[in-house]
Amino acid sequence: MADLTTNFAGIKSPNPFWLASAPPTNMGSMIERAFDAGWGGAVWKTLGEPITNVSSRLAGLDSGPTRLIGLNNIELITDRPLEVNLKEMAECKRKYPNHAVIASLMVESKKEAWQEITKRTQDTGCDGFELNFGCPHGMSERGMGAAMGQVPEYTCMVTEWVKEVAEIPVIVKLTPNVTHIVPPGRAAQNGGADAVSLINTINSVMGVDVDTLVPYPNVNGMAAHGGYCGTAVKPIALNMVSELARDAEFNIPISGIGGINTWRDAVEFMLLGAGNVQVCTAVMHYGYRIVEDMIDGLNTYLDSKGYASVGDIVGKSVNRVTDWGNLDLNYVVKAHVNEDKCVQCNLCYVACDDGAHQSFVFRETDGKRYPYVVEEECVGCNLCYLVCPSPGAITMERRDAGGPTQSWRERTNGQ
Amino acid sequence: MANEYCTPLDITQIERNFAEINPAMSVPEALQEASRCLYCYDAPCMHSCPTHIDVPGFIKRIASGNVTGAAKLIFDANPIGASCARVCPVEVLCEGACVEKTLVKKPIEIGRLQRFATDHALSGGKQIFEKGESNGKSVAIIGSGPAGLSCASYLARLGYDVTVYEKRAKAGGLDTYGMAEYKMPQTVSLSEVEQVEKLGVKFVLNSEIGEEQAGRLRSGHDAIFLATGLGATNRLGIPGEELDGVVDALAFIEQVKTRDWKSVPLGQNVIVLGAGNTAIDAVTQAKRLGAEKVTLVYRRTEKDAPAYEYEMELARKDGIEFRWRTTPVEILGDGRVAGLRISDSDGTVSDIACDQVIKAIGQTKMSRFYNDVIGIETDEKGRVKVNEKMQTSDAKVFAGGDCVNGGAEAVDASQMGKHAAMGIHEMLTGEKVEFAGAILREPPKAPVDPNPH
Repeated sequence: MADLTTNFAGIKSPNPFWLASAPPTNMGSMIERAFDAGWGGAVWKTLGEPITNVSSRLAGLDSGPTRLIGLNNIELITDRPLEVNLKEMAECKRKYPNHAVIASLMVESKKEAWQEITKRTQDTGCDGFELNFGCPHGMSERGMGAAMGQVPEYTCMVTEWVKEVAEIPVIVKLTPNVTHIVPPGRAAQNGGADAVSLINTINSVMGVDVDTLVPYPNVNGMAAHGGYCGTAVKPIALNMVSELARDAEFNIPISGIGGINTWRDAVEFMLLGAGNVQVCTAVMHYGYRIVEDMIDGLNTYLDSKGYASVGDIVGKSVNRVTDWGNLDLNYVVKAHVNEDKCVQCNLCYVACDDGAHQSFVFRETDGKRYPYVVEEECVGCNLCYLVCPSPGAITMERRDAGGPTQSWRERTNGQ
Repeated sequence: MANEYCTPLDITQIERNFAEINPAMSVPEALQEASRCLYCYDAPCMHSCPTHIDVPGFIKRIASGNVTGAAKLIFDANPIGASCARVCPVEVLCEGACVEKTLVKKPIEIGRLQRFATDHALSGGKQIFEKGESNGKSVAIIGSGPAGLSCASYLARLGYDVTVYEKRAKAGGLDTYGMAEYKMPQTVSLSEVEQVEKLGVKFVLNSEIGEEQAGRLRSGHDAIFLATGLGATNRLGIPGEELDGVVDALAFIEQVKTRDWKSVPLGQNVIVLGAGNTAIDAVTQAKRLGAEKVTLVYRRTEKDAPAYEYEMELARKDGIEFRWRTTPVEILGDGRVAGLRISDSDGTVSDIACDQVIKAIGQTKMSRFYNDVIGIETDEKGRVKVNEKMQTSDAKVFAGGDCVNGGAEAVDASQMGKHAAMGIHEMLTGEKVEFAGAILREPPKAPVDPNPH
C-alpha cells in the first residue's frame, strides 16, 4: 500500500482528495459525512455576507444518454449566517482533527472586511483558507469573485491583506476566465499566497430550450450565464495547471480542480503538477461514495508503478509539456489498420476523407472489405485512431528512421 | 355448433401467450439504444437490408429527437417498414451484420428501433408522403401484399393513377394474413395499406382476376404489375388428406389472426408437417393457443430444416416435439383425423396419435395463371421470368415478390416492388428514376490532396 497522505502547502490530509468549495460542502453535517466516506479534506462552501439564491440554478450538458458531462451553476456563495457556519466548522474540525478543513472566503473588496472574516474564521481551528477569486457568476457582478481574479493587481492586493492576519496557509483560487493563467498565478504568489487552486468554473450558457426558447437554467423565463464544470472542462483545467507548473517564476503548490471523476483523472492532474485535487461535480452527480474507488484505484496504480508515496508522482509529466516550437518535426507516425480487430464500421474511412487527409481506400481480404491506409497520404494525425471503436484495430506506428530530431525552432534558427 | 375442437385456455391466458415477442420500446429505451449505434459509414446493416434502408441515418435521427424524420427515411426505402420492423429475420439481415455484434456480441436492436420510429409516424395517422402530380398514366397491380403495396406507393408518388386488385377482403397480403400473431397484429399491416390509400391508390377488394378481368386490365391500364404471391398449399398426396382436421398452415394462421381465439379449430394433439418458417409459426401458435402436445414432423434432418435458427429456438422454447427423418405415409381416421402413419428413416412404419394435422409444406406456383391468363413466361420452377427491371416476357407486364423469387421475405418483395415501379416508369416515360435504397453503390472516393504534405 502506497502512502496517500499529503502535506499540501503545510496542510496535512489522509489522502489527496478534497471536496471543492461548492454545494457538497454546504454545512458541517455534509462535510462530516464526506469525511466518513473517505474524503481527505473539504473546502467549505464560500463564507461571506449571506446571499439570496434563485431557483432553478443548475443546467447540464448531456452526451447522448450520458448525463452531465458538463454542469453549470448559478448558485452563489453560502446563504447561511456566518456564525452558524463558523460554529459548525469548529465542531467539524474538533471531530475530525486529521482531516483538512479549509475555509473559503469572499467578501467585498475592503481590507477591513477581508481581515475581519479571516480572523473570525481562523478561530474555528480550520487548517487553511481558500480565497475565492474565481466565482464567475453573480458575485462578479458585485465586484467579487472573478472580478478580483481577473485583475492580477487586485489578486495580489487582497492576498496581501489576508496574509497580514492569517496564521494558517492561504490558497488563492484562480478563475479560468482569463486569457492567460500565469499572470494571476504569479500575482497570488507575489501577494504571499502559500498555494493556488484552479480552475474555478468557466463562464457558460448551457443551452436553449428549443420549445420555450428560454436558455437553461430557466429562472422565470430568463437565464444568466453560469459557472461551467464537470468532465468536459478537464482538458482546460489540465492546460492551466500545467502552464503554471512549468512557469519558471511560479513555485508554490497547486491544488488541481476541474472535471475530476476518478483516480485516473487525479493522477493526470498530479502528473502535471497538482499537489492534490479537489472534486465537486462528480460528487454532485454520484455522491460522496465515489471517493472509495478514487482511493483504491490510486493505491493500485501507485503500487503497480512502484511509487511508495503519492507525492512521488507530483509533477512527473511537467517536463513533457512544451511549446509547439520545440516539438520534433522529424518524428513520423502512420496509421495502420489491423484487419483481425477491424469491425468494418468504416468510421476511420469517412473521418479521414471528410475530416483529415484522404488517406484511406477500401481493400478486400478474404472476401471482406476493410479500410486500408495509403501511407504516402497519411499525415499521422491520429483522427482515425481516435474514432475507431475497436481497441487495437488502428495503431499509430513509427515510420521515421529514428535519426536526429529537429524542432521548428531549431529549423528556423538555423536559417 | 359449440366448438369442443378449440382452445381449452381462458382468453386472458391466450392474450398473454400472444403478446408481441418484440414489444415496443419506451422513449428512454430507444434513446439509449440509438445512442449505442456507431453511425457506421457505408454501414454493413444497410448493405444487408434488402431494401437498403439507411439504418445509421434513421437511428441518428432517433437519437437527435427527429423521430418523424427517422420514419420518413425508413418508409422512403421501404413502404412496409413498419411490418418489416416486426417480421424481418433481422438476426440474419441488419442485426446479423451490425458491427456491434462483432464488437461486443450485442447488435443494435435495429428492428425494434425501426418499429419505434415507424409506430411514431403511423400512430398519428398523418400522411407520410405526398401523391405526385398526375402524369395521366395508370397502372393495375394484382395483389396487395408487400410487393404490390411497395410498387403502388412509389408509383403514386410519381403521379400514376394506381389501382390494386386484391382477391381477399382486406389488403396487405401475407403481412395482413400470414404473419404469426405474436410477431405482428393485423393493424400494423393495415395502417401501411392506409398510407398507400392516402396517396390516392384505389384498392379493389374481393376481386380475383380471371381471364375476362385480365383482358380488361390490359386494355384499361398502361402497365400491369403482378404481385400475386404463391398459390394454394401443396398437396401431400397421401391417403387421408381430405379428413376433417387436416388444415393448411396458412389457413390456420389466418384464423388465429382474427383473434377470435375460440373460433380457431384446434386439436389437443397437433402434428405440423414441414420445417420451414411457416411450420414454426404453426407449431408455436398451436401451442400458444393451448394445444397440449404439438409435434413437428419433417422428412429430413434437423440440419436440413429451412427455418431460421432463431425460429427453431423459439419452437424449442415453446416445448414443441420434433420428429426428424420421418415421412408421413397416411393420415388415419374415420371422417376425422385420429393419427398419422409415418415411416422412419430406416423404413419402419408406425402410427402416432393426433387429432389435427397442419400442413406447412410449401405453396404451389400459379404458373397456369401466368402462362394462360396473363400470357407470360415462367421458369422451370413455375416462377415468373423477369429481367433486372422486373419486366416479364410481356413488355407491359411487370412482376415481383414471391411469384418471382418463389417465396422469400416481405422485405425482398418490397424491394422488388420498388424496382418494378422504377422499371414501369422507365418503360412508360423513358425517364430513369431511382428510389431510396434501390441500388447501393461503393461510396465515392474523395480526391487526394495534389500537393505533397
